[in-house]
Amino acid sequence: MSVLVYTENWEGKFKKLSFELVSYGYELAQKTGGSLTVLSIGNVAEEELKKLGQYGATKVVAVNDDKVKSLENQAYTSVIEQVAKKEASKIVIFANNFAGKAVAPRVSVKLKAGLASSVVGLPISYEPFKVSKRVFNGNAFSNITVKSDVKIVTLLQNSYGIFENPVETAIENYNAELEDSYGTKVTSVDKITGKVILTDAEIVVSAGRGMKGPENWTTIEELADVLGAATACSRPVSDEGWRPHSEHVGQTGKIIAPDLYFAIGISGAIQHLGGISGSKCIVAINRDPEAPIFEAADYGIVGYAFKVLPELLGAVKELKNS
Amino acid sequence: MHFEFTEEQLMIKQAARDYAQRELIKDVIERDEKAIFPEHHIKALAELGFMGMLVDPKYDGGGMDTISYVLAMEEISKIDSSVAVVMSVNNSLVCYGLEKYGTEDQKEKYLKPLARGEVIGAFLLSEPEAGSDATSQRTTAEDKGDHYLLNGTKNWITNANSASTYIVIAQTHPDKKHKGINAFIVDKDTPGISLGPHEKKMGMRSSDTHSVMFTDVKVPKENRIGEDGFGFKFAMKVLEGGRIGIASQAMGIASGALERAVQYSKERKAFGTEISNHQAIAFKLADMAVRVDASRYFCLYAAWLKDNHQPYGTASAKAKLYAADSAMFVTTEAVQIHGGYGYVSEYHVERLMREAKLTQIYEGTSEIQKIVISRDLLK
Amino acid sequence: MKILVCMSNVPDTTTKIRFKEDNTKFDDAGVQWIINPWDELALTRALELKEASGGSISSITVACVGEATTEPTIRKALAIGADDAIRVNAVAQDSYFVAAQLAEVVKQGSYDIVLCGIESSDYNNSAVGGMLAEFIDVPSVSSVSALNIDNGTVSVNREIDGGKETLEVKLPFVAVVQKGIAIDPRIPNMRGIMMARKKPLTVVEPVDADVLVEYEE
Repeated sequence: MSVLVYTENWEGKFKKLSFELVSYGYELAQKTGGSLTVLSIGNVAEEELKKLGQYGATKVVAVNDDKVKSLENQAYTSVIEQVAKKEASKIVIFANNFAGKAVAPRVSVKLKAGLASSVVGLPISYEPFKVSKRVFNGNAFSNITVKSDVKIVTLLQNSYGIFENPVETAIENYNAELEDSYGTKVTSVDKITGKVILTDAEIVVSAGRGMKGPENWTTIEELADVLGAATACSRPVSDEGWRPHSEHVGQTGKIIAPDLYFAIGISGAIQHLGGISGSKCIVAINRDPEAPIFEAADYGIVGYAFKVLPELLGAVKELKNS
Repeated sequence: MHFEFTEEQLMIKQAARDYAQRELIKDVIERDEKAIFPEHHIKALAELGFMGMLVDPKYDGGGMDTISYVLAMEEISKIDSSVAVVMSVNNSLVCYGLEKYGTEDQKEKYLKPLARGEVIGAFLLSEPEAGSDATSQRTTAEDKGDHYLLNGTKNWITNANSASTYIVIAQTHPDKKHKGINAFIVDKDTPGISLGPHEKKMGMRSSDTHSVMFTDVKVPKENRIGEDGFGFKFAMKVLEGGRIGIASQAMGIASGALERAVQYSKERKAFGTEISNHQAIAFKLADMAVRVDASRYFCLYAAWLKDNHQPYGTASAKAKLYAADSAMFVTTEAVQIHGGYGYVSEYHVERLMREAKLTQIYEGTSEIQKIVISRDLLK
Repeated sequence: MKILVCMSNVPDTTTKIRFKEDNTKFDDAGVQWIINPWDELALTRALELKEASGGSISSITVACVGEATTEPTIRKALAIGADDAIRVNAVAQDSYFVAAQLAEVVKQGSYDIVLCGIESSDYNNSAVGGMLAEFIDVPSVSSVSALNIDNGTVSVNREIDGGKETLEVKLPFVAVVQKGIAIDPRIPNMRGIMMARKKPLTVVEPVDADVLVEYEE
């Protein structure tokens, strides 16, 4: 079955998830004896597009048009529909993230393609097309079968992994047909430039309700700055509105796999651990020695965040300066 | 016979639970510690309709049944009995008394704002020397033709400072003993009323309790409730219903303590396993659960009798006796299960234990309930 | 202006999720059913907007695809403050089927703003809102964390990587909302609870629609 992968970039650079999606698409194409096409929307340099070849992308279709500069759901849906039809794609793959959730359902109706969302890893079977997906906020998994001719998968991030399969990449610049205008218009963007994207970050500094209130996040941000890390938080923190939802890490939020993860004032509910279990090294700071986070942690400090943090920050600064 | 709640009853329970678990929990420890009256919570609960939930909608009440009231009291009391007691006094003593025995004019003037929760009420019966023995009222209400003149002191008055409307029980004809007693609606800002200091209580510290002194307080004649000499009967009738409120409060305290104990015992580890896996703890939980459920059934039965216009005085006495004693038992066990953590305020159960104690004392001590129950048994 | 809030009936996830028949079937014994939390917040925001609109928002309707057993949950939405409700009398099968049914409801009622929670706490598909928008061919914005109406201009915020965007939208449109759209779900008051049974709850039969995805039972 021919496979289409929709990749994402941030300011012209592919996000880590794109490499996972391409690796995943490559495997699906191999298993079903089909071809793989990778779609890139936005202004991405040829050199960057070629990087996708490292993960098995033999063909990259690049769409670069001012009308798709920002995520306009109808415009993106239209581009993906056109490319999927042109490539006779039978499986279309998205990340189960902000963009995937916005566009995949619309593409599903356009192509009359059954949608399997938050899919975990490779399909269980290809004929029939059966996959495992996360249900009940990550508290259970369910197997589902997509019966339609065309199928759409949104892949749970970090549930498959990134694998290298170097191939030669052919790049096709494609002019999609687009309407003159769409129903939504971005009027302002509040972007913190220079900040590391959470799902791509190698180091993540994450904090929980133990911080007592949003006013206490300055040290967290400072520590993240010094380490070149992204900031994250636990679910109660984003539910309380102390931090944006985009920072929420856990089964129902972002699932991340950094090299180093700091959990500060996070007790470590099972749902939180589900979002960070792919981390290579976890450092926990919590005043409660019984907190479950310590069972998941590689290193633990028992103590009040407010006491430990300044000392940690001081030590890291000293290390950086030396 | 069917053990099933209606959709509305369940919605009310959930509404009370949502408010308690979301809002009351935030500052309950601080309010208890500093004895701060929960003014903003009372206002919010009034907007939701909880302050006059039993009153007929034609008097601006919620029009709910007593079963709903039991369920709501349970959920509020799981978190904060100081708020629950304001609700109980306003609903089952003040609003109920006015709705059942007041004139249309009294209802129009006093019941409506109380039912809307714009103002709250207080019920002034206890005296320094007349607590359980309500017949020996020392506060006097002298008949002066077009008005009464009140003199005397009331003790342990819940909402004494925050209430605008008082219902005061006082003696008009001492020679007729309890048949000479009257009940009056008194505006709190009437000249001659003064308050004693805020009582420093063991528990329910954020409810405001004072003694209230009456010195030549003029009360218009039309503010008497019922016929001349109806006051004692009025008080006893009102307290029959009040017992359902306090019984439900006690049951809620116990039920809250049980919820916390179950949760804690599943998280806390000792000797390599969660303490709930130790039979010493698991059996405690079983004993507690039986008491909580039995208390709940008692409360619901008394409420059901009341809703179906059947005599409920003995049933509500049994409910209050059993629920209050069980609350003491269950909260004590909850503290024990929590060990050292149970003895500090952060874990809530020590507060519940202090609150439980009061339910054995106010609105008729456990001993008084036994008198009511045994008299009924032996008559 | 008319607002439609799409809601699903889900098990209360604060209660324990149990499975039966060798872990293959969701065990609904003793489960309390609630309004999907995301949808409940959407409803809360809709009510806030209506109250602040000075009458320019005429009604808030809730729509649910489900059998008669979902009615207590629908009445909860009415108790909270929705003006009326529509139940499409069908088992909520896959998202495609549900979205097709809701699309029909939108077509019949000509709503200006349609709100959907970004996901449901049971199957977490995050799909119905987007599909519905495509079925009726109107704009959609996903991950909406704020929705405002200012002099008839509707704007939304959505969170993007490392920040947030504000968008202006043309009506009618579908907003797929996430937590943050309202702070806390609204608690129904006594009057609302009493009124719930008196408000219109219309039952409509489903239209023909395909089911593209099958859950393993």
